[in-house]
Amino acid sequence: MAETTYIGAINGALAAELRRDATVRILGEDVAEGGPFGATKDLAAEFGDRVRDTPISESTVMGIATGMALAGLRPVVEIMFIDFITLAFDQLVNQAAKARYMSGGQLRCPLVVRTSSGAGTRSGAQHSQSLEALLVHVPGLAVAMPATAADAAGLLMSAVRADDPVVVIENKELYFRKEPSFDPAPVPLGSALVRRPGRDVTLVATSRTVHEALAAAEDLARDGIEVEVIDPRTLQPLDLGTILSSVRRTHRCVVAHEAVRRGGFGAELASLVQEEAFDALDAPVVRLGAPATPVPVSPPLEDAYLVRAPQIVSAIRSLLNGSA
Amino acid sequence: MWLIRAFEESVSELVGTGEVVGLVHVSIGQEASAVGVCDVLEARDRVYSGHRAHGHVLARGADPAAVMAELMGKAAGLCGGKGGSMHLVDVAHGVLEATGVVGGTIPLALGTALALRETEPGAVAVVFFGDGAVQTGYFHESLNIAALWKLPVLLVCENNGYAEFTPRSAHTPVERVTRHAETYGVDARTVDGNDVVAIREAASALVAPLRSGGGPALLECLTYRMRGHYEGDPAKYREASEVAEWKAKDPVRRFASGAVATGELSAEDAAACEAAARRAVAAAVSAARSAPFPAASALTEDVGG
Repeated sequence: MAETTYIGAINGALAAELRRDATVRILGEDVAEGGPFGATKDLAAEFGDRVRDTPISESTVMGIATGMALAGLRPVVEIMFIDFITLAFDQLVNQAAKARYMSGGQLRCPLVVRTSSGAGTRSGAQHSQSLEALLVHVPGLAVAMPATAADAAGLLMSAVRADDPVVVIENKELYFRKEPSFDPAPVPLGSALVRRPGRDVTLVATSRTVHEALAAAEDLARDGIEVEVIDPRTLQPLDLGTILSSVRRTHRCVVAHEAVRRGGFGAELASLVQEEAFDALDAPVVRLGAPATPVPVSPPLEDAYLVRAPQIVSAIRSLLNGSA
Repeated sequence: MWLIRAFEESVSELVGTGEVVGLVHVSIGQEASAVGVCDVLEARDRVYSGHRAHGHVLARGADPAAVMAELMGKAAGLCGGKGGSMHLVDVAHGVLEATGVVGGTIPLALGTALALRETEPGAVAVVFFGDGAVQTGYFHESLNIAALWKLPVLLVCENNGYAEFTPRSAHTPVERVTRHAETYGVDARTVDGNDVVAIREAASALVAPLRSGGGPALLECLTYRMRGHYEGDPAKYREASEVAEWKAKDPVRRFASGAVATGELSAEDAAACEAAARRAVAAAVSAARSAPFPAASALTEDVGG
């Protein structure tokens, strides 16, 4: 069976969007050389200077992409590691996210930011973070976190076609994960997916942690515990309806992500579930995430930092035993 | 220039009465750069500005009533009252953004210049900023990239000698902003920023190559703000003698008296222009005053994500 990788799917989606729409542009460090992971491989050869290398000037490059978007182009800017998005935060937060609102609707900013997130590569505290909660907090930004190759392609295609800024947060550990080949199709922003149905507990997981959640569900199924795994796919807009309808059936909810637990997206989701479906809950929502520390390099320390399947299994067993 | 001067004198009064809201920065004394540069621009060109933007927007032809209404937070404002003094946008007149973040619109102008080169060859992007913005990373990173990519962008630095409350000499050892252009091989000129005719000539000379594939360019206008950094700033950091010295170089009176002296304008016509500007501003204030505030529903409109 033919296979594709997550990074290959991103590369294919970028090529397809460049072919489909003459206003699409790509810019970022090393993009004309294919980028460090190959997301933009061979694109410069086909699309010339529509794929533009930039100096290591993240803040200005984000501003340039925003200025292109305000003038009618559809730029896809690559921030190599999400850790470096902090350098570009002023432009993203103060200009791109606010242009439409501050102009009273005169402007639209069809900007896409692609960036890679996540630990597990022993790269240390400045190349491993999960900063999605910072972005979700900013009105005016959409935030996508694809967990599969099909979603990496599909969410990116939708992001390019959106008229407002979208940050697509990819996961480094997923880049070379293989999936059966598929026909790329846009995945709507704000559409969660039930990755595995189950009756006993709702497990909401994002990005790489979706695969940990599925492994945990498989493990628990051997003991007759049926876990429903939901992948929101975009944190903003959030398909809360799919999550709530699951919680109303299972009466229990766990949210698991790679980011630091404190102030993380899980806190927002737990709050929303308790606000909207308190009467359906048999127990408080459980949040799983990283400790409030920078990401360490040392292999055993980094392994302990990440939420993996065994931790999810343990949390769900405790929840069902009433000791959560 | 008369319109901008009359408009901002009125704004200053209306800040005092509380009708104009928020943080407000006027450009009284600096009008020549807005007028001199915008006079060489065409409808297809795109302009960005900073926090001291009223003059740039008016010089591009924005309706004074819509600008005033915006400053009052009214629904009839350019941005429906959501932008305010520091964030004026008038797409119809080619003003894409002004910003309260010093230096923040410089890279936006580069991006727009790149887009214009591909979609509207011959059009240019212009960004106005103060000398304080020259000490941001944006200025230096942008000068590098604009030169590298030969972007059709004109960077206009209104060097009024002060970054907020602090003289330029306390922030940088580099006296002339145009010195930075030399490193990147960027065409640059420093002009008397209170001489609208000199500014117009320099802007025209710098913009012409941008329309035929050249770029970028930097124009430094040496000027002075007659009022404080913001309305309400007592500006105790300046000597009275310095203010008096610049008052004698007032760009509006200087242009008018010069034009009258050379016979290009009669004294009667000059007075009529000034009076017409004051009438237009009075009408703008009246219209903005009577305009309604936005409906409550506007609070959550026009936000993506």
